[in-house]
Amino acid sequence: MSDLTKLTLKGALDGLKAKTFSSSELTEAFIGAIEHSNGALNAYVETTFDKARAQAKASDERLAKGEGRALEGAPLGIKDLYCTEGVRTTACSKILGNFIPTYESTVTANLWQGGAVMLGKLNMDEFAMGSSNETSHWGPVVNPWKAKDSNQALTPGGSSGGSAAAVAADLCLAATASDTGGSIRQPAAFTGTVGIKPTYGRASRFGMVAFASSLDQAGPITKTVEDAAIMLNVMCSHDVKDSTSLDIEVPDFTKFIGKSVKGLRIGIPDEYRLDGIPAEIDALWEQGIAWLKDAGAEIVRITLPHTKYALPCYYIVAPAEASSNLARYDGMRFGYRDPEATNLVDTYELSRSEGFGKEVKRRIMIGTYVLSAGFYDAYYVKALKVRRKIADDFTEAFKSCDVILTPATPSSAFALGDEKKAADPVSMYLNDVFTVTTNLAGLPGLSVPAGLDQHGLPLGLQVIGKALDEGTVLTIASVLEQAAGFTQKPSKWW
Amino acid sequence: MAIDVATVKKVASLSRLREPEARLESLSGELNGILGWIEQLNEIDVTGVEPMTTAVAAAAPLREDVVSDGGKVADVVKNAPKTVDGFFVVPKVVE
Repeated sequence: MSDLTKLTLKGALDGLKAKTFSSSELTEAFIGAIEHSNGALNAYVETTFDKARAQAKASDERLAKGEGRALEGAPLGIKDLYCTEGVRTTACSKILGNFIPTYESTVTANLWQGGAVMLGKLNMDEFAMGSSNETSHWGPVVNPWKAKDSNQALTPGGSSGGSAAAVAADLCLAATASDTGGSIRQPAAFTGTVGIKPTYGRASRFGMVAFASSLDQAGPITKTVEDAAIMLNVMCSHDVKDSTSLDIEVPDFTKFIGKSVKGLRIGIPDEYRLDGIPAEIDALWEQGIAWLKDAGAEIVRITLPHTKYALPCYYIVAPAEASSNLARYDGMRFGYRDPEATNLVDTYELSRSEGFGKEVKRRIMIGTYVLSAGFYDAYYVKALKVRRKIADDFTEAFKSCDVILTPATPSSAFALGDEKKAADPVSMYLNDVFTVTTNLAGLPGLSVPAGLDQHGLPLGLQVIGKALDEGTVLTIASVLEQAAGFTQKPSKWW
Repeated sequence: MAIDVATVKKVASLSRLREPEARLESLSGELNGILGWIEQLNEIDVTGVEPMTTAVAAAAPLREDVVSDGGKVADVVKNAPKTVDGFFVVPKVVE
């Protein structure tokens, strides 16, 4: 039998339904691949093979009776941000230590209800704060891709670096991820995979470890655009346990794959042409425009005047929310408690100082500062007003276009241990320059692999849609996917 | 608005973090770098703009005020560093 791990999610679901292979066979193939590869890639921080085998067996019984559900028997990887009942969940922070949830996140509950199989928990930046996976307590994930003629280990991006690397290296059929400023789309672009952040409120945040609650959104990382639609169908739902979850119908997103783009208006924002961006990124963008034009879409120049303020705005809003959300880690009810501390204040301060990593502490302090007396209006309220201006830019732009096309990232994957980025937090933050605007505005955004740069590393294009219009985003992305014909895989060195 | 070492100390204490003295100087530099970059927001005129706190414009959903879950003491304390008889054990607060 050919290597089952190389299948797309759609291909695997078809094969399972046709009984070409069983879920147990498929699951064993992934377990073998993970055992062989994880030492080198560090994508999984916890494996749940016993659970996977039991779930696969149950799925095979259902499939035999013709009672397969949407994801019946499909082995998936779960970002360590999602609480999974009885399975260690740490958000890759020391402060969560050996936290074993007694409940299941709504998104993962939806997946198991849909028949999916859990292979394990995927590595990520600590509390999803990072763009390189280097802030993980469990060490960085290594990108399966390497530049031609170089043995340098590269970042898979972040924060969903484990999810992206696992999908790119065929260590799961698809993975859950999450996106606060670009944490699904940037890793997808760095690994030649597809990642979509749906509209804020489409998927429940219940049971996701919180970073910045007004920006966090669940989404999948997959091998194809169609696979992303299949995952979204199951992950999205209305949930009374999340007051920001939208009480609206979830359409069948797969229906939007392969639709014609004739007559659709594609907005091209002037402000996304940045100084200092490699010429290849611009060239790929032009190529994307040409592909859509060839497919019959109309190209429209648009303006999003406040784009350059999105990142500074984000670095007030997100740390402010994080500083409140992370106040819950106090060493009292769960997580790490410093064993030496004897009084209350020592317990708080020592547990938190030892439990949180450097980047997380930096963001908590920024958040505390911008919310503190005397600075609240100057920083926090000001940022909320700028956020409104950024959202208004999109509302205005969408009067003359249906979707927006931009590059996904300002570069391809960079080296792990990049000293300049480590010394200058702002240079690391700039990774999210093209993605962060959609989080602030709450809009859907998708990254689709569209080509390789001169070093042989993947580059992505981003499609941004109107609120709740993931359908058109998927339609455009599937046209780009087909035109790009991106079938390259990293050559196996691990 | 430069953040000096004394301010870093104050913010750390408000954040319930205790950073070693040796780290304070570099933290001050890092925080100033980030806040200096953020200053560019002052270029924008936001007079009359309503602050945007959420991307979802819907009103807060209401539900009946009834008990929908509970009786899970063992679950609640399961991950606590220290417990006795279903209670959290914490350091002495009042001397």
